[in-house]
Amino acid sequence: MIDFGGWEMPVEYTGIIGEHQAVRTGVGVFDVSHMGEIEIRGPQAVDLIDSLCCNRAASLRDGQAQYTGLLNAQGGFVDDLLVHRIDAQHFFLCVNASNQDSDYAWVRDNNRFEADVVLTSADFAQIAIQGPRALSVASGLTDLHLDSMRYYWFGRGEFCGVPAMVARTGYTGEDGFEVYVPSSEAEGVWQAILAEGAKEGILPCGLGARNTLRLEAAMSLYGHEIDDRTTPYEAGLGWIVKLRKPAFRGREALVRQKAEGVSRKIAGFEMRGRGIARDGYPVLIEGKEVGQVTSASPAPSLDKNIGLCILPLEYSDPGTRIDIEIRGRPVVAETIPIPFYKRKN
Amino acid sequence: MDYPTDYFYSREHEWVRLENGTAIVGITDHAQDQLGDVVFVELPTMGAKLEAEGPFGAVESVKAVSDIYAPISGDVIEVNEALLDAPELINSDPHGEGWLVKLTVFDRSEIQRLMKADQYAKYVAAESDE
Repeated sequence: MIDFGGWEMPVEYTGIIGEHQAVRTGVGVFDVSHMGEIEIRGPQAVDLIDSLCCNRAASLRDGQAQYTGLLNAQGGFVDDLLVHRIDAQHFFLCVNASNQDSDYAWVRDNNRFEADVVLTSADFAQIAIQGPRALSVASGLTDLHLDSMRYYWFGRGEFCGVPAMVARTGYTGEDGFEVYVPSSEAEGVWQAILAEGAKEGILPCGLGARNTLRLEAAMSLYGHEIDDRTTPYEAGLGWIVKLRKPAFRGREALVRQKAEGVSRKIAGFEMRGRGIARDGYPVLIEGKEVGQVTSASPAPSLDKNIGLCILPLEYSDPGTRIDIEIRGRPVVAETIPIPFYKRKN
Repeated sequence: MDYPTDYFYSREHEWVRLENGTAIVGITDHAQDQLGDVVFVELPTMGAKLEAEGPFGAVESVKAVSDIYAPISGDVIEVNEALLDAPELINSDPHGEGWLVKLTVFDRSEIQRLMKADQYAKYVAAESDE
């Protein structure tokens, strides 16, 4: 167990590689109750969100979810998050555990819309069921019609006999569901999922597999690929920036950056020489440090050692030869297109 | 876990076994268990001179990299080439097939400073209680 923002969480239950493969080929279940929840209510709730986040919450319909960035004036990430529209006057935000207090303060301090903003993290447990067999397992536990639920939509109903919100979202690059239930029901729901999933060979998965899965899918992790000094454009997340919507925090900086172009960018790489890159290792070009590894690991599904790094724009195109400094020695790597892994359908 | 009684153990979780005047070095069952599935091993080259308590390579699992430290001083006279293709031997047989290097022994008193099996078992138990 490791301490993760005050939560005791297992890095692995039975082994990272096995847990990772279960999610790629079958189904795995993650206790991600550490994630934070913020609820925003009121006639202008959507205006508050759209004034602080770079994606367009106004385009959401009831039951739809959206990945977005809560930005500072420089266009850097206060946090990255999922916005769920429960109805026109009620939005449910899923935020990073380590940022939830600063997110909550940020939204409250900038609440010019008389919205009701409540930090409800303690009320909810979140359990993620992920993998090609996730639908089969989750369907048997709910009255919701999950097979017709589209990606990034959600429903509210019963799950394992308790009131729940079930979203077709995830952080693994596979199909799957993220289930929000009252925290008091967490253990029962967890056990019921494991029992129902036994027929599919479900495995409980820890933080280790969560990281290798999201890394193969090249999904950003706060504090690694993104932070308060990294913009969506630099992180390769330009698709969540809607410059055409009315003013939002960070917009001016992003307009400028879009016009001028970014000077650095997140790039994917693969080790060519013998060695495993790790978070924070220097990236070298001809012996000179030009960037850093933001996340890296052996990739269990790819049988390669991969990573993401931040590089000056001129070196970020796929096919660039770089070196990763591993324990003081340069080891050859090459930038390659991301995501590293994409599911078949 | 079983720790062979004719081995010697370091605080950094390496073991030493003496065989015909040479020392065979590996990491302990406890160390491999903490690390998880080993996927990569970096070993010194033949002839490298190791100093007691100095780092001489690394063992990596998916989740972490762990430096390995020489339990005694010595020159590397053999490295376990099998680990390059099958690093998982460190998980399956840490005290046997998963050995790392063989060293010449310069100073036998360095071995006497290491822990015996029962001392090491207590050391590990105390460490995991923390």
